[in-house]
Amino acid sequence: MANTVNLKIDGIDISVEAGKTVLDAAKELNIHIPTLCYHEDLCVAGNCRVCVVEQEGARNLVASCAMPAQEGMVIHTNTHKVRNARRHVVELLLSEHNADCTKCYKNTKCELQDLASEMVITEPMFLDLVPEKNYTVDNYSPSIIKDDSKCIRCQRCVRTCHELQHVSALGVAYKGDQMKISTFFEHPMLDVVCTNCGQCVIRCPTGALVEKNYIDQVWDAIYDPDKHVIVQTAPATRIALGEDFGMEPGNIVTGKMAASLRRLGFDSVLDTDFTADLTIMEEGTELLTRLKKVLVDKDESVKVPMFTSCSPGWIKFIEHMYPEFLDNLSTCKSPQQMFGALAKTYYAQKKGIDPSKIVSVSIMPCTAKKFEAARPEMRDSGFQDVDLGLTTRELAVMIKQAGIDFESLPDEKFDSIMGASTGAAVIFGATGGVMEAALRTAYELVTGREVPFENLNITAVRGMEGVREASVKLEGLLPAWSFLEGVELKTAVAHGLTNAHQIMDAIKKGEASYHFVEVMGCPGGCIGGGGQPIPTTPEIRKKRTEAIYREDEGKTIRKSHENPEVQEIYRDFLGEPLGHKSHELLHTHYKPRKRF
Amino acid sequence: MPEIKELVKGLADKHGRGRESLIPILQGIIAEERYISDAAMSEVAVELDMSAALVYGTATFYSFLDTEPRGKYVIRICKTITCDMKGKKQIVKTLEDLLKIKVGETTKDNKFTLLETNCLGWCHKGPAMLINSIPYDTLDVNKVTEIIMDYIRK
Repeated sequence: MANTVNLKIDGIDISVEAGKTVLDAAKELNIHIPTLCYHEDLCVAGNCRVCVVEQEGARNLVASCAMPAQEGMVIHTNTHKVRNARRHVVELLLSEHNADCTKCYKNTKCELQDLASEMVITEPMFLDLVPEKNYTVDNYSPSIIKDDSKCIRCQRCVRTCHELQHVSALGVAYKGDQMKISTFFEHPMLDVVCTNCGQCVIRCPTGALVEKNYIDQVWDAIYDPDKHVIVQTAPATRIALGEDFGMEPGNIVTGKMAASLRRLGFDSVLDTDFTADLTIMEEGTELLTRLKKVLVDKDESVKVPMFTSCSPGWIKFIEHMYPEFLDNLSTCKSPQQMFGALAKTYYAQKKGIDPSKIVSVSIMPCTAKKFEAARPEMRDSGFQDVDLGLTTRELAVMIKQAGIDFESLPDEKFDSIMGASTGAAVIFGATGGVMEAALRTAYELVTGREVPFENLNITAVRGMEGVREASVKLEGLLPAWSFLEGVELKTAVAHGLTNAHQIMDAIKKGEASYHFVEVMGCPGGCIGGGGQPIPTTPEIRKKRTEAIYREDEGKTIRKSHENPEVQEIYRDFLGEPLGHKSHELLHTHYKPRKRF
Repeated sequence: MPEIKELVKGLADKHGRGRESLIPILQGIIAEERYISDAAMSEVAVELDMSAALVYGTATFYSFLDTEPRGKYVIRICKTITCDMKGKKQIVKTLEDLLKIKVGETTKDNKFTLLETNCLGWCHKGPAMLINSIPYDTLDVNKVTEIIMDYIRK
């Protein structure tokens, strides 16, 4: 068999597919080789040298992550020489690392700390160079803190920003002992092309890149008797939160999450899924209205394809990279922001609460949501619509701080109003979900029939391929929509900003034409968001995605327009989709930003 | 900065707009401006449709791609061990006295910048220095004074 190679690792024979590395082969044998700069999602860098192994016949130790397995290789992973070398590598990294671990946000969640602990490095062999270095901390961004004193220059963030997100807000600057990970001219992250997606944060092995946490502010609000503190939880949080408590990826913990939030002391435990359903009503109507204006009225000021606007990483990407397409963005705010605007208006009115006393907290799989909440565009309720945005990880920290045993919690339900949701809202958390939810509703709106897919599952838009296309022929339409008769509705879905870039370039060059395009900033959609539990791998994202679709299938109502609370809000407050009140509270416009 | 825009555009027309053109373009800017400003880097990023952080990373990596304003004549004196053993310290002191600046500084009239550099490959004829792209070797106090006086008169 030409496609496999045979080698020996620690005395055990193994044959692996050609092209696999020594590290891959060792993994198959359940031999653990420590790594730092290596990440499954990224290209090999081979710069940290922690994964070195001894190869018989080779003069030097080799980096197992970068060394392809070759026929007849004899590898030793646990010799005196290997262990010494790895130890020195870690010691050298520590000599330039601000190892004040007890004061670090990543304390106990740090890969470098784990290695140091495994190697029992108690007596440092090298000089501590940290006091000699003029390290800086950038904490101007509402989303991400970059602390160079903790950086080990593994460049996972640089590769993430370049390969997965096509942004390259972070690069490598200077050289030798001066080398650092830097933005353009060392400007704050807030002032450069950074989309706040946080993909660097979930791949940083140390505390050099972390989310800005608002844990104490939330506790302060909860303990303030004058404040009515409400919380909303995004679709993707409920299938990932358990991971921070040692549960396997793919566990659905919706009920436990609601229970834990109630125990933390939130006055009302509500659901972003409610406004996800509302988004479908608004965005679906907007799509049909746009199509009418384009196809029937020939209004050239109206742009198609329409792009989804739920992902704040994607929004900032388009503001920086493709400002000429800003008019193609749906004017719908994201579910988080729709929720925020309604919490301090509709919810406050219904409950008879002074909106100035409401503190609106969101639990998001996302770091960009923090930036979004702080946007000047997002104050339509007369207040900052969402006061504090937390990541899934920060919620896990709060639950631990409160001494709650998460796994033994009973399943509880969300409060009302603004707590009811459908399966269509849950799937917002996975790439393709918004498209699927929108099609379920829009198709039914124009035809009076359910989407022609088995069990409502539009599998064509699901999956992990970077860009996916699907089209639905609109036939047998209701009289009001007869102008769309025979139209083949062309859609596309992209996740991760490199794929978004690819689809945008195709549209720009006229090589692709669609009516509706869904883009999610993070690989896998929100389930792989920058605010989700660490680590992230393709396998973990797959399990989370499966959980999302399981949660959808388990719901009695699976179409947004059938959400009873959504029907109620249109009856009692909003009037109709795209109505006057909706425009005021639920829609917005974005402005171009500098790319360079 | 219309001039910078024109300069970068001209260099991109000459060298091309691929990634491989980045260094020739940056060298072209140095030849004209003697340093690469943030505005120049932004322009390069625009022209090459490339991340500005990447341009910055490349510019800061190479010592001869200066990112701070430099004088008309950039003096780089070799700091490596052979030149040091052959009296480089005395040459630096002479240069500092003549120009009234320290290593790393530029004269007020923006005529001279004094820098140290890694090995110039003139170990057999040290101490050596470079003024812009012209090397000078076997320096002593008198020789370096004469050379600098010539430049001052230029």
